[in-house]
Amino acid sequence: MKSLLLPPHPKERRIVFKNAWTQGYTPDIDCYLQHGGYEELKKAIVMKPGEIIDEVKKSNLRGRGGAAFPCGVKWGFIRHDDGKPHYITCNGDESEPGTFKDRYILHNDPHQLLEGMAIAAFALNVHLAYIYIRCEFPKAAGIVTKAIEEARARGFLGKNILGSGFDLEIYVHQGAGAYICGEETSLIESIEGKRPYPRIKPPYFPAVLGLYMSPTIVNNVETFCHVKQIFKLGSEEYANMGTPGDGGTRVMCVSGDVMRPGPYEIPVGGVTMGELINDVCGGLKPGRTLKAIIPGGSSSKIMRAGEVYKIKVKGPDGEMIDKEVPLLDLPMDAASLAAAGTMIGSGGVIVMDDSRNMLWALNNLNTFYAHESCGQCTPCREGVLWIDKMTTRMVKGDGIAQDPTTLKNVADNIAGRTVCAFGEAASWPVQSFLQKFPEEFEVAAK
Amino acid sequence: MDKHVAPTSVSEQANQIPADLLLRIDEAVTHYPVSKRSASLPLLHLWQNHFGFIDDSGVNWIAKRLELEPINILELVTFYPWFRQQAAGKVCIRVCRTLSCALAGSFEVRDAFCKAAGIDPKAESHGHTPPVSADGKFSVEFVECLASCGSAPVALIDDDLVEDITPEGTATILSQYN
Repeated sequence: MKSLLLPPHPKERRIVFKNAWTQGYTPDIDCYLQHGGYEELKKAIVMKPGEIIDEVKKSNLRGRGGAAFPCGVKWGFIRHDDGKPHYITCNGDESEPGTFKDRYILHNDPHQLLEGMAIAAFALNVHLAYIYIRCEFPKAAGIVTKAIEEARARGFLGKNILGSGFDLEIYVHQGAGAYICGEETSLIESIEGKRPYPRIKPPYFPAVLGLYMSPTIVNNVETFCHVKQIFKLGSEEYANMGTPGDGGTRVMCVSGDVMRPGPYEIPVGGVTMGELINDVCGGLKPGRTLKAIIPGGSSSKIMRAGEVYKIKVKGPDGEMIDKEVPLLDLPMDAASLAAAGTMIGSGGVIVMDDSRNMLWALNNLNTFYAHESCGQCTPCREGVLWIDKMTTRMVKGDGIAQDPTTLKNVADNIAGRTVCAFGEAASWPVQSFLQKFPEEFEVAAK
Repeated sequence: MDKHVAPTSVSEQANQIPADLLLRIDEAVTHYPVSKRSASLPLLHLWQNHFGFIDDSGVNWIAKRLELEPINILELVTFYPWFRQQAAGKVCIRVCRTLSCALAGSFEVRDAFCKAAGIDPKAESHGHTPPVSADGKFSVEFVECLASCGSAPVALIDDDLVEDITPEGTATILSQYN
């Protein structure tokens, strides 16, 4: 990834990505220890578990997998002394189109992940944890497995970690090419060796009935790395880097029609959409103008160039006031993007310029969702196939007049009628593309 | 041996398990102290990595090893796109099909890989059984997002991620796997 070999952009602050892109940094434990490795585990393991969870709460860390749920709140659902076994599963199934950040952590800095997981495990009374790595990262599975062996040999994992009496085993579990396994209950079913059909919530919230029907915390790779950084910087400094309620840094993955695509680690809300695209990523290709942005992975609702959104910002007296903000001035944080009717999701920003056809782009995504629906719920299993068939035929010039209406109708009848959020993930692109670019669909529907 | 009974097929994978594969299978099962069934996916991976695909004897063998019914294993093989019931190429070329790679030309790259490998680019190649070149050397298929959108278009060739591919560069890339 070429952009990472450049020095950090002034808007960037690499903390999770710091080691991974240091010249000469290698993924072995000696290199990690020379860079302050496992110092935060040493601090945490003499704390009380409740104090660790409080620190994570105070940091305002939100999950980096897509839902942006407050991490400390999630951890708080686990009752330390309920007498049940607890588990952690790390979600390294990175497969939301447009997202490419965890791969660099897994390949270049695996011990940072292990240290974050060990801190979490100690806080949550977990003695067995799995790292779910998609099998399309075969080298990452080998690198992380080796890192686990190294950490065991040095007493950072295994029995009686650092003389504390606390035990933890971590194993790598490889996926097998299914996007649905990034859904947390599907991931759990996959580790249980079953077809990964998502479980219905309630009652199957992982923190209550997770892996092997026991309380389980599922966090993304990047999220666990932030845990380590919270204890390095202190929860207050970490929280202050971000916006109220959304602390720290976040890796924004920019791809598509920009000059310097790449993953950029930026304080939460520290750039606007325009600064991210035009400043950090070097702008669009010569002679091109912006057409559309998918801001948070392929499932997030698309935004059209020139749109203006009403969001809440901090006023002169420190109070939150309503303000109209154009697309390119929108701060990149979870609350602002939610107020703009979309989401920051997994941080995968896909930029499209005026050379792109929106029907073609939507059809590409529809084929993705048709391929990846697990088939458990009828509205999704049937609906995504019909959506894909319709846009495929429209792209070929065989569209009919009622296609846009039927497309919307089918999407509206998937969203909200499925066990997991895949139904929404597949419907939102259809609904938002149709709403934002109706003229391109009308042209194809004769 | 009764001459009238067809010999049990020595070609069945379950009759050809080498000792080191057995050791790795035993090791994988120890990673799941709570439930042996959890070792289904790891065992399928080990099996496919060794044999290239998973035949019926493999499904039965793994089921027996984990004290499951064969359907518990077969339903995984048919669900997960990664698993195969027929051999693919000796070198597997998986080109990313999804949006960021498509924007950067992955369809042209897929076609160019097909031509360089001697495979008809029109062959359906988005499922469990990709088209294979006549010499059995290469298979070319589309897969969904490989999570390297910033260096699109990309392909996974065996275990190697190849980035920033151009159609013109595909023949040179393939020559490194000859």
